[in-house]
Amino acid sequence: MDFLNNFQLNSLMFLIPSLFMFCCGVYGFLTRRNMIAMLISLELMLNAVDMNFVVFNRFLCPGQMDGMFFTLFAIAIAAAETAVAIAIIINAYRISKDIDVKDLTKMKF
Amino acid sequence: MESVGSIIAYIVIALSIMVFSVLAVTTRKILRSATFLLFALFATAAVYFMLGYQFLGGVQIAVYAGGIVVLFVFSILLTSHPGDNSSKLESKKKTVGLVGAVAMFVVCAWSLISRCSVIKELPDLGQTQLPDMKQIGADLMSSGDHGYLLPFEAISVLLLACIIGGIVVARKK
Amino acid sequence: MEATLPLLILVLPLLMFLFLGLFGKFMSHKWAGIIGTAGMGVTMLMAYYTAYVYFFSGDFVGEDGTRLQYIVFNQDWLALWGNLTIKLGFLLDPISALMLVVITTISFMVHLYSNGYMRDHHGVWETGFQRFYAFLSLFSFSMLGLVVATNIFQMYIFWELVGASSYLLIGFYYTKPSAVSASKKAFIVTRFADLGFLIGILVLSFTTETFDFMSLTSAPVAGVENMYHVDASTARTMLETGAGQMFLGGSLMTWALVLIFMGGMGKSAMMPLHIWLPDAMEGPTPVSALIHAATMVVAGVYLVARLFPLFMINDAMGGAALDIVTVVGALTAFYAAVVACTQLDIKRVLAFSTISQIAFMMVSLGVSRPEVHDNLGYMASMFHLFTHAMFKALLFLGAGALIHAVGSNDYTAMHGLRKRMPITHITFLVGCLAIAGIIPFSGFFSKDEILTACFGNSIIAYVWMSMVAGLTAFYMFRLYYLIFWWKEHKVHEGHHAPKDQPWTMTLPLIILAVVATFAGFVPFGDLVTWNGHPHHGGINWMIASISLCVALLAIGLATIMYRKENPLPERMRHLFPNLWTWARNRFYFDELYMFITHKIIFNSICKPIAWFDRHIIDGTMDAFAAITNKASYAIRGLQSGNVQSYVWVYLIGAIVLGGGTVAVIFLFF
Repeated sequence: MDFLNNFQLNSLMFLIPSLFMFCCGVYGFLTRRNMIAMLISLELMLNAVDMNFVVFNRFLCPGQMDGMFFTLFAIAIAAAETAVAIAIIINAYRISKDIDVKDLTKMKF
Repeated sequence: MESVGSIIAYIVIALSIMVFSVLAVTTRKILRSATFLLFALFATAAVYFMLGYQFLGGVQIAVYAGGIVVLFVFSILLTSHPGDNSSKLESKKKTVGLVGAVAMFVVCAWSLISRCSVIKELPDLGQTQLPDMKQIGADLMSSGDHGYLLPFEAISVLLLACIIGGIVVARKK
Repeated sequence: MEATLPLLILVLPLLMFLFLGLFGKFMSHKWAGIIGTAGMGVTMLMAYYTAYVYFFSGDFVGEDGTRLQYIVFNQDWLALWGNLTIKLGFLLDPISALMLVVITTISFMVHLYSNGYMRDHHGVWETGFQRFYAFLSLFSFSMLGLVVATNIFQMYIFWELVGASSYLLIGFYYTKPSAVSASKKAFIVTRFADLGFLIGILVLSFTTETFDFMSLTSAPVAGVENMYHVDASTARTMLETGAGQMFLGGSLMTWALVLIFMGGMGKSAMMPLHIWLPDAMEGPTPVSALIHAATMVVAGVYLVARLFPLFMINDAMGGAALDIVTVVGALTAFYAAVVACTQLDIKRVLAFSTISQIAFMMVSLGVSRPEVHDNLGYMASMFHLFTHAMFKALLFLGAGALIHAVGSNDYTAMHGLRKRMPITHITFLVGCLAIAGIIPFSGFFSKDEILTACFGNSIIAYVWMSMVAGLTAFYMFRLYYLIFWWKEHKVHEGHHAPKDQPWTMTLPLIILAVVATFAGFVPFGDLVTWNGHPHHGGINWMIASISLCVALLAIGLATIMYRKENPLPERMRHLFPNLWTWARNRFYFDELYMFITHKIIFNSICKPIAWFDRHIIDGTMDAFAAITNKASYAIRGLQSGNVQSYVWVYLIGAIVLGGGTVAVIFLFF
């Protein structure tokens, strides 16, 4: 089969799904009102970025590992960030019995 | 020329990334949303394995899938009642969010495609040139070129701060 | 000469000031007084030694017998543009050596005297006693720095410092409203005069490109001429060239000198800037003796004397600066003498007498010409400065003793004190005789030389000044008789009878009385002359006998009128009722000032400026604040606290920027 014979993996093939994932994250972050759902969208975006690091590392400078390390640290930071965010969400839930962002407007002017 | 197996693997991975991402942000049941996120993360881990970063894939599964998603599930169980659907989105807000996301996708994709220099074929590396565990460990602990000792230490402090912060914020008053 | 000793003369009073000012609170009153007095005593001895070495060692006399100016040290302090640098240094020449002696002597006497004066009859010290000594030391430092200045800018710096310490000391009793307003008045009036001084300095330095006295006056220099970038003749030439430029009817040089003289007018209380001096008597009496009689107020005379060669050149080139000095001096002398005849407050009488005597010095400088006995006036002026400092300090300290004993400034409260206070009486009489110009007291010699100089210049000046000298004798003896003669007041039960004061107060009186008696025999012509050449004039007996007759006549008149209580003064008063009222009210100068400042300046200038400030300048600022306030209220809705809306804004921005960048790259590259 011609298609199969000429098929070559290139960077775009990974970047486009990653971009798609990122845009899904953006969409979710903009539309969802549940704070945990927003956090999930945030994780999607973060994951897309991590993937980009790896893809660029692998395709553009294959001999080095900097992109991989960046991803490694980003995962660690994401874990930390999620832990704190969830602590805040639980605290907010305790105060307002809800985790809808619309209700969390006490900090505005 | 790739093997047929890798082609199929690629297609499955790419499709599952996209499908599970979309599902994760569109489903109304929040626990399902977390589950779809888990699948998307697995697919990402598969990409890492495919590109030869076994260690990173392992970390992805262990930390993201094993840690963060479990955290999500716990917090969901704590903060919502079973069987609860999140309220239906207003169609206007949905449309506007969709337009924003699509605009973003178009702009970024356009810039990716128009900058042809980033489109590269997968360089074929021998097994020796792929990062092995020994190399990763040495780099993490080295302070020379391409050494990551300082970020490593910094992140350890950050994690400690997060542990303390998390406890302080979430504990009962 | 080593620089150490002269430097110490300056530094020691400064250290005393810092020491007493910072640590005075922690020491007893007695020790603060002793330390301050001892410090000044040491300074005085060092100044005496310095003056002795300068005058009598022979090291500072040129081959032709000329006394040389000598710069002990001169440090760069500020470098301005070009060759113009401001230096701080120590210039030793006849007049600065003279002033060193005068200042330290009077200052020491006042320090000693204040130990007695600044406590009441029960020995309780005045509050702020240590502060008083600190300020006295500050004043001494500033005044010494002023007289040894090597350049006009250094002089200006110390000039302001003496003004500041004068302000502090006049307002020493700062709980008394009259003292506070007097100190403010003194400060404002002299500041106004100093504005002229500063402009004069700027004009002078701009034209000559130097501040330095030696370069400006090009007096003989002892071997240090090469220190200067601009040598004397160059600066002189520049000024003379600049003198060709006319401005409002006067040459540049005339303007510079007149403006500088304006500063001198303020400090030396020349009419019409004299109004602060009578009010300055609100300060403690020792302060009046030191600052407002002997030292600071003669700074104006000293300034003119310091720049005298410039004034002389100006006169030779047809400029009017010296004539202005003469006219201002003559008018002031007469005015102050007339006013002094009618005042009640003994310190006011002495204050007007001071103004009159300083005006004598000014006139003497003003009439000084090379062709008149080789600038006799200059020498006479410095001589009178010296003798006046001694006898006027004596009179003030004597007045202080009287005020301290009686508890009032008013002579009507005093009468007939000659038996009760014999030492004060004798010393005061000596002072009166000295100022009246009776042979052989010191005032006779200096006044004789001034009158000789006036006679040589013009007969009008001579007659005028002789008249003023007569008036001086008259009002001084009027004061003397009113205080010490007449019938004694009854001493009320429970009150102390006035008596002589403790030794700390009488000793300075006796010392100063001795000095005031014999100071006239100092061979002044050998020591202080305008160009350093010894001057052998001797006494002009014709003029001396005339002035002696005038003085004796005036004293006789005063004796007739005021020896005993009699109706003569009243009759005199009714003979010239208007003159008397005007003189009693000091010719309404203060009222005139009040009218000009309050009615004219405040209304026509200050009020519009205040309006402009309040409405235009403040209004602009207020408008900015109001706009910011309104705008922030209007846009605070943007800060909704809704994270998603923030993300929206961010997203749109990112898309626009990213899309724009890509489009630009795509289209143009």
